Amino acid sequence: MIRVVLPSHLRALAHIDGEVKLDVVDQATLRSVLDALESRYPMLRGTIRDPITRRRRPFIRFFACRQDVTHEPQDATLPDAIATGAEPLLIVGAMAGG
Amino acid sequence: MSTIRLLVGTRKGALVLTSDGERRRWDVSNLHFGGWEVYHLKGSSVDPDRLYASQSNAWFGQLIQRSNDGGKNWEPVDNKFVYDGAPGTHQWYDGTPHPWEFARVWQLEPSLSDPDTVYAGVEDAALFRTVDGAKTWQEIPGLRGVKGHLWQPGAGGMCLHTIVLDPSNPERIFVAISAAGVFRTDDGGRTWQPMNRGLKSRNELPDPSAEVGHCVHRIARNPSRPNVLFMQKHWDVMRSDDAAESWREISGNLPTDFGFSIGVHAHDPDTVYVVPIKSDSEHYPLDGKLRVYRSRRGGDEWEELTDGLPQRNCYVNVLRNAIAVDALDPCGVYFGTTGGQVYASADAGDSWMPIVRDLPAVLSVEAQTLP
Repeated sequence: MIRVVLPSHLRALAHIDGEVKLDVVDQATLRSVLDALESRYPMLRGTIRDPITRRRRPFIRFFACRQDVTHEPQDATLPDAIATGAEPLLIVGAMAGG
Repeated sequence: MSTIRLLVGTRKGALVLTSDGERRRWDVSNLHFGGWEVYHLKGSSVDPDRLYASQSNAWFGQLIQRSNDGGKNWEPVDNKFVYDGAPGTHQWYDGTPHPWEFARVWQLEPSLSDPDTVYAGVEDAALFRTVDGAKTWQEIPGLRGVKGHLWQPGAGGMCLHTIVLDPSNPERIFVAISAAGVFRTDDGGRTWQPMNRGLKSRNELPDPSAEVGHCVHRIARNPSRPNVLFMQKHWDVMRSDDAAESWREISGNLPTDFGFSIGVHAHDPDTVYVVPIKSDSEHYPLDGKLRVYRSRRGGDEWEELTDGLPQRNCYVNVLRNAIAVDALDPCGVYFGTTGGQVYASADAGDSWMPIVRDLPAVLSVEAQTLP
């Protein structure tokens, strides 16, 4: 079971309170976690990754175990603590003013 | 008694305002889609409780929301806008070719006969249509073939911001694009023609009478006289009497003819409303006075309307989608400002009152007249 923390706008959009808990059958990677997230919550399709290119939106960041894994390959294995649910994967909207 | 429902899109969410036919007291909904830009909301004329909203922001992209109960509840439907075929290129700011890239939906125009069919005007400029209530969208591709490789964005982005359907001819559609101009189809979107004859862009284009490239800010008309269109161009207020085959200037005695929005009275197709803005580099009213100008003669002669509007220290703007009219008699006229006010007139513009204020910048206002 993998834990995911979403930014507030996406929690509101998907009517989620608190963390999301996902069963990811395949190896825990950014791609497999996002695929599972979008499968459970179809309204999130296109909000984290472009709906056509599937590339990360520019102002989205991924944090895992206090590391910024945003620029890791989408198929790179996430840390064990993420895969086991000991730590959540944080999906973060980049800082901006105004 | 009739009910008026206003759909207000802002930089940080949307609101639904309702009033009875007196239009004196207004109920204001909670903020929908808080924190998101809502460029436009519009209801179906054949099923007025079916509403569509364009919700977007820089972080999470574009969403289309749909309501089946007049805006009380919303559901996200789809956000996939894929250009037809190889999207090709338009001109970038430096004149180099730039690939077409979807940014957002500026305008949602429901069909006049089917609540599940909606047209969407998007940035980078293109026209999309759904026939399944916004679950899927398909581009109407012929439009970008009309010299699209020469279109170039203005400072506000290269957006298709206005869609005008013809109640007497479902095959005819007008669209306006910033900064490309007006285009018309007479065959349901298969083929398009540029409709910019008579427009003059002396300070914006090397060829002031170019076939495409004009910065049209808004077009509007009364549906009872569909061949007469009015336009607020970047500079110049214009009129066409022949379904956009030709345009002539009607700025007349306006104190400045720069502006963004334009509206037409619901019952008198020769009564037109504009809000003059000082200049293309000073986007606020002349002399700090917020004035609506009304022509009862289809242009050329304009009267200023100030009763109830601030006449000092006012430096707001009124954006292109932010004037609306209702269908009551006397006609109600509404406009929203970048200062977060929505002003209403229940007497066709003679007097005004702010019906809500301190909102985020207002991007769009639509009025629904409900039985």
